Amino acid sequence: MTNLRVIGALGRRSINQTFRRPQLIAPILIFPTLLLAIQVGGAGRAVDLPQFPEVNGFLDFMIAGAMIQAALLAGNSGGIALALDIEMGFTDRLLAAPISRFAIVLGRLVGTAALGAATAVWFIAIALIFGAKIEGGVTGALLIILLVTLSAIAFGAIGAAIALRSGSASVVQGLFPLVFVILFLSTAFFPDNLLLEPAASIAEWNPLSFIVEGIRDLVISTFLGPSFAEGVAALALVSILGLLMSAAAMRGRLKRG
Amino acid sequence: MPGVTERRSRVHTIRAMPAIETRDLQRVFSGGITAVAGVDLKIADREIYAFLGPNGAGKTTTVRMLTTLLRPTGGSATVAGFDVVSEAGEVRNAIGVALQEAALDPLMTGRELIRLQATLHGIRRAEGQRRAERLLARVGLENAADRRVGTYSGGMRRRLDLASALVHTPQILFLDEPTTGLDPVSRKAIWEEVEKLNREGTTVFLTTQYLEEADNLADQVGIIDDGRIVAEGTPAALKEEVGRPHLEVVLADGTMDRAEEILGRFGRPLPAKDGAALVELKEGAAGVAPVVRALDDAGLVVESLDLVQPSLDDVFVAKTGYHLEGSETPDVEENELESPA
Repeated sequence: MTNLRVIGALGRRSINQTFRRPQLIAPILIFPTLLLAIQVGGAGRAVDLPQFPEVNGFLDFMIAGAMIQAALLAGNSGGIALALDIEMGFTDRLLAAPISRFAIVLGRLVGTAALGAATAVWFIAIALIFGAKIEGGVTGALLIILLVTLSAIAFGAIGAAIALRSGSASVVQGLFPLVFVILFLSTAFFPDNLLLEPAASIAEWNPLSFIVEGIRDLVISTFLGPSFAEGVAALALVSILGLLMSAAAMRGRLKRG
Repeated sequence: MPGVTERRSRVHTIRAMPAIETRDLQRVFSGGITAVAGVDLKIADREIYAFLGPNGAGKTTTVRMLTTLLRPTGGSATVAGFDVVSEAGEVRNAIGVALQEAALDPLMTGRELIRLQATLHGIRRAEGQRRAERLLARVGLENAADRRVGTYSGGMRRRLDLASALVHTPQILFLDEPTTGLDPVSRKAIWEEVEKLNREGTTVFLTTQYLEEADNLADQVGIIDDGRIVAEGTPAALKEEVGRPHLEVVLADGTMDRAEEILGRFGRPLPAKDGAALVELKEGAAGVAPVVRALDDAGLVVESLDLVQPSLDDVFVAKTGYHLEGSETPDVEENELESPA
């Protein structure tokens, strides 16, 4: 119970911190929104290509990618915030208190999750305002919010692991371009059957592709197909990997002091 | 879960004194760098203990080990009767910690920080709020409680850090260089609060680079140099151990060679300091007049001549062979004066 209170309190702090530091929240919403606008505005006729999936419009296809991009950036941002805490010694304050060590990571992830949920709502609103349709209805929209939130937690756990390992905000920030590389080597913005090699093969096995397709399925399809199940499985895999990495990184940090 | 008061009384009842005890405590970092090379401490309950030493002497590493933030690589340590490695959780319950440079989140308000600290120590929400109000008032920050910490002056940050370390009424308080960089007024305010806490029964372990701080506050002083304790005792006993007063002579032409040669006839020469030649007088104050005559006979023009009673700096010099850098004139942050809360 005490640990839950601590995680809740650290989560609240994390959320406040994000909203009080515009440089943390701005890229998460602004970059994916701008990229979405540019891509939809400039490449909207891509839907006319033969082999392009059956969708109502290009925005319907792209919105899942934008959400995952935002979730990735939210995870990166959470990692930066944790690294800043380490740099300024705030983590020592937490470590000197009688709390579970991993509560520090989980508290940070609560904030990242809230940010993930907020970005999902933001992009669903954009989608609906600009004429896209969530074929999965209200249930589909709620499931999208859930998947994006869990994605932010999974990516946040990896960001936390890197922050704990390096103890440096600039190192975590330096991974920012990598986010785009991983994203463009997935099916976030292009259908897999239109990608060239070796991108097509990488995208085929990139867990991000499965997660994006799981979310996309809820936008463009009225029933929960295998893509959704595969998306959930990929998400579980990335989450477990991220949490294990951050637990190991925390142990390493405690050992090093 | 037992309340803080209950826990404290349990600690007092069950655990024997001393409040802090270390045996051959060591920390070697990767690359073979030895930060602490075997420290033995025995600090009694309700004592103020000052750990005095220059930067890099091992003060902060020792504090980090005693506060469970860093594992020792050798030796053992108990705090409040609990082992810092195997009973780290119990140690954390018993201690309050204000680390060097006041590790505060600049985006939080003072009130939020103390409430968070209360939650970390398992204090219920309503009680945490009450304690936050009381502690903010105690350190004179009640009017700045809802301002972000980033807008606080250095002195205000240190007071907030101190208040947050007290939220669970710790048995032992660790202060790592609590006044470094503060202006004299802020330093005095921190000292008064530390003395008050000690009168109320809190054991205080503080590290400092300032001789004056150790001299004014501490019941016991430990001088650490190069990872080892080189002297320990009450400030009075340490000074007495050094013994005789010393003479500081500055010549008008700024040279020292001739003065040092003459002074050497009247006692043990000490390392020069701030352009002054120093000698520990064999005959104490009675040795001043012969020195003056000798300097005059040699035709040297004296700009200033001071008879200085032994200080902790003398103790430091006697034990380490050099002066504690910056000990007399602590750096003060610019614009450090308190802004109105």
